[in-house]
Amino acid sequence: MKKISFKVNGSSHTFDGDPQMPLLWYLRDVLQLTGTKYGCGIGFCGACTVHVNGEATRSCVTTVQSVEGKDIVTIEGLSAHGDHPVQEAWEECAVPQCGYCQGGQIMQAAALLKEKPKPTDNEIDDAMQGNICRCGTYQRIRQGVKVASGRKS
Amino acid sequence: MSGVMIVNRRDFLKGTFSVGTFILFARFLPRAVLDALAVENAWYPGVFLGIEPDGTIIIVAHRSEMGSGIRTALPMVVADELDADWTRIKVEQAPGDPKFGDQNTDGSKSMRDFYEPMRTVGATARLMLERAAAVKWGVPVGQCQARNHRIVHSDGRSVGFGELVSLAAKQPVPDVKELRYKSPNEFKYVGHGVPMVDLTDICTGKAIFGIDASVPGMVYASIERSPVLGGKLISYDDREAIKVKGVIRILVLEPSAEPYGFQPLGGVAVIADSTWSALEARRKLKVLWEPGENKGFESKAFKESLLATVRQPQKVVRNIGDVDAEFAKGGKAIEAEYYVPHLAHASMEPPAAVAEYKNGKVTAWAAVQDPQTAQNEIAKALGIDKKLITCHVTLLGGGFGRKSKPDYIVEAALLSKKVGMPVKIFWSREDDIRHDYFHTVAALYMKATVDAKGRPTAWLQRCAFPPIGSTFDSTARYAGDGEMAQGWVDVPFDLANLRAENGPAKNHVRIGWLRSVSNIYHTFAVQSFVDELAAAAGRDRIEFFLDLLGSPRTIDFTKEGTVNPNYGKPFDLYPWETGRLRHVVEVVAEQSGWAKIKPGKGRALGFAAHRSFLTYVAVVVDLRIDGRGKITIPRVDVAVDAGRVIHPDIVKSQFEGAAVFATSLALMGNITAANGQIQQSNFHDYPVARITEAPFKTYVHLIASEGRPAGVGEPGVPPIAPAIANALFAATGVRIRALPITPDKILAAKKEKA
Repeated sequence: MKKISFKVNGSSHTFDGDPQMPLLWYLRDVLQLTGTKYGCGIGFCGACTVHVNGEATRSCVTTVQSVEGKDIVTIEGLSAHGDHPVQEAWEECAVPQCGYCQGGQIMQAAALLKEKPKPTDNEIDDAMQGNICRCGTYQRIRQGVKVASGRKS
Repeated sequence: MSGVMIVNRRDFLKGTFSVGTFILFARFLPRAVLDALAVENAWYPGVFLGIEPDGTIIIVAHRSEMGSGIRTALPMVVADELDADWTRIKVEQAPGDPKFGDQNTDGSKSMRDFYEPMRTVGATARLMLERAAAVKWGVPVGQCQARNHRIVHSDGRSVGFGELVSLAAKQPVPDVKELRYKSPNEFKYVGHGVPMVDLTDICTGKAIFGIDASVPGMVYASIERSPVLGGKLISYDDREAIKVKGVIRILVLEPSAEPYGFQPLGGVAVIADSTWSALEARRKLKVLWEPGENKGFESKAFKESLLATVRQPQKVVRNIGDVDAEFAKGGKAIEAEYYVPHLAHASMEPPAAVAEYKNGKVTAWAAVQDPQTAQNEIAKALGIDKKLITCHVTLLGGGFGRKSKPDYIVEAALLSKKVGMPVKIFWSREDDIRHDYFHTVAALYMKATVDAKGRPTAWLQRCAFPPIGSTFDSTARYAGDGEMAQGWVDVPFDLANLRAENGPAKNHVRIGWLRSVSNIYHTFAVQSFVDELAAAAGRDRIEFFLDLLGSPRTIDFTKEGTVNPNYGKPFDLYPWETGRLRHVVEVVAEQSGWAKIKPGKGRALGFAAHRSFLTYVAVVVDLRIDGRGKITIPRVDVAVDAGRVIHPDIVKSQFEGAAVFATSLALMGNITAANGQIQQSNFHDYPVARITEAPFKTYVHLIASEGRPAGVGEPGVPPIAPAIANALFAATGVRIRALPITPDKILAAKKEKA
C-alpha cells in the first residue's frame, strides 16, 4: 500500500493503513493526540477541528489520504507553552465548563484571528457557528475571541 | 497501537505517599464528618487531605467533574478553611469507593451536601497543625494561628505547614466542638473563587476525558444494538465485516432482562485495533432483529394517548380546599393543554469508558457521574464481588444525568472478559441519541376558574408521563415522589382551592433524568398557564405572578399532607420561603428593565420564576421574532438566590450555560419514534443551540446571602422555556403550548389566528 506522508505539529509522519481513515482517528488512536475530540463524525459539531495548512478543518470528515504532503496542527501543537493568545484569553475569561469541545473552539478561533485579527460580533458568530458547546459557553467564547484579538501570537 | 495509561495513577491514592506525610484519614476525622459523608467503613482510611513534608497539599475530589466546577470548588473550601495557599494544592480524583461517602454527582447536591464536611476537614487539619507548632515552640496553642500555608506565632515567628507534618500527625484528633471555623469575612477563596483546576490542561488539549483513557494492549469496541427497545437478535451476517483490516473479533453481547436498569442493552459487538476499523466493520454487519413489544411506539399516537389521560380525573397528589365545588359554581374558566417531547442528553462526549478484566478483577476508567454504581453494576453483570472492581473517574465531557447510568462501563467490562484484553467502548453520536436514557415525554392539563380580577378561585393541574421508575420496575406507570416534587406538588401560589393530579403512562424507551428533570415540563406548563391567566385578565405578568405568590410566608407541605421530598433536604434546614422567590422576581424585573420595555413589533420580554434544587430563580427573556418565525434572544436576565455562593464566577457560568441548554430544548429539542425506533441520530436532526441561536448574553444577578448553599447546576434550566413562550405571546399573540417552539409551529399558529 502506498505510504502517505505529512507533518503533525512539525514532525514528519507516514501512514500505510486504510487511506480512507479519518484524520481524527489517526490522530487519536495512532498518535495518541487525544486533544482532538470526536463529537459527531459528520462535520456538524467542530470538536475535531485542527489546522490543515493553517486552515480550520474538521478532522472527522477529512481522510488521511487527503492530507498527503500537508502540515497539520492540533491543539497540542498550537503553541509551545500553551501561550497562544487564544489559549491565554480562554483562561482569562474562564471560558471552559466541561472543556470537551474547547480544543476545537480554540483551533477555530485561532484560525479566525489569523485571517481577521479584529473580527466583529457577526464575524465571530459566523466563524464559530460550526462549533457546538453543549455546556453553553458561547458568550465567553465571543468574549475570549475579543480579548485575544488585539494580541500577537 | 497501544497507548500509555495516564489517568489516575497518582501514588497518593494508592497509599504509597512519601515518608512522613500527614494524612487526614477518615478515622482521624471527627464523627460529624463521617456521619455527613455516610461512610460505611469508618475504620477504613478514607483520605481527603494529605500534606507532604515539602508543603504540597493533596486534596481529594470525590465528586465527578462534568463542567460544574465541583472538582475545583470543594477542594477550594478545604484549602480556605485550612488557610492554605491555593498554588500549593494538588487535587486528585478519587476512584469509586464507599470510604469517600456518596459520590453520585447528580441532583445539584455536591455543594449543599459537602460544604460543611469539607470545611471540617480543613478546620481539623488546621487545628492539628496549630497544636503541632505550639508543641514545637513550647507555647500555648492560642498564640499560634494558620496564615497562608504557615503557622504564625503572635510574636511574629512562623513555620511552614510542611515542616510540621510529623508533629501534626502525632496530635490527637480534635473533637468537632474544639474546631474554630472561619467567619465569612476571613474567607479568602470562598465567595471569591480560584481558576478551575483543569483550566490549562483543557486549553492545551492535555485534559483526559473518558474517551481519551488508554491502557497498553487496549482494543476498541462498537456495538450494534436493537433499534427498538427490547428487540431480540434473530441472526447476523459478519462475513464482510470480518474482512475489514484491523478487526479482531465479532461477537454477541447478551442483552440484559427487563427492567434494564443500568445493565447493557446487548447487541453485536465488533472488536478492532482502532475506532475506525470497528466502525467500518459495523457498517458492513447485516443484523436481523425481532422488534418485540415496543415496535408499535409512535410519538404522534403516544402524544394523543397522554393527552387523553390528562383530560380525565387522575390520582390526586396534592389537595387544598375543594376545587370541584368551586368549578361547579360556574363562572369564567380557562383551560390549556401542554406537551413536552422526549429529549436526549447529547453531551459532547458520548458515553465512554475503558475496562480491563484480569485475574478475576476489573479496573475501569470512565467518564462517570457515579463510580460506585458503576462498581455495583459491573459486579452484578460479572458475578464478582464489588471489592474486586476499581472504577477510576476521568473528566466528563458533559454529563447532564446520562453518565450517572453506567451501562456503557458494564459493556466494556463484559467485553474485556470475553476477549481477554482491555476494551475501550465507543458510542458514536448515533448510538448516543438512539439509545439514550431519554428525558421523558409529558402531557399536562391546566384549568382555573377566575374572579373579577382574573385571580384563580380554583386551580387544577394534571400531568402524565412515563416515569423514571419504569427503568427499574417494568410495571411502574405513575410518577415517583421525587418527580412530583419537581415543580408539581410544590406550586407555591396562595390559592384557596388547588388540586394536583398524576396519571399513568407506560414507557417504550429507557427513561432517565436530564438536567433539572421533571421541572422542565412542570414548569413549562405552570409558568405558561400563569402567563395565560394574566393575559386573560389584562394584567402585568409579574404583578399577577406576585399576586398569586401572595405575602411572604413559609409553605408547610407536611401540614397540608403533601408528599414533598424537598430535594432530599429537611424543610427546617431548607424551608420553602415565598419571600425569597418574590425577591428574585423583583430583582429580575428591575435589572431587565421590565417596566420600561413595552412589547413592540417583533419584540417582547417574557417572564418565569421557579424554585428548584432549593434555589430560587427568576428569568426575563428579551425575544425577537422575524417574519419567518425565527426567534433570537439578544438578552436574558437571571436573578438567583442559591444561599451562600462559594464560587461566584462558576455559578454565573452555570446559569449562562443553563440558559443555552434550555434554549435548545425550548426551540429545537424533539426526540420522536416511529415503528418503535428513534428517528433522530445526530446533530443534523437533533440540533442543539449554536452560538448564533443561543441567547447572545445572559446576565446573572446573584443575591448576596449567608443562607445554606443550594443547587446551581440545574435550577437555571426550568424557567427559560416558559419565559420564551411567554415572550413570544407578548410579541405576537401566538401561544405555543407544545415544545419545541419551531418556526413552522409559529407560522401555522399565526395563520390560524389570522
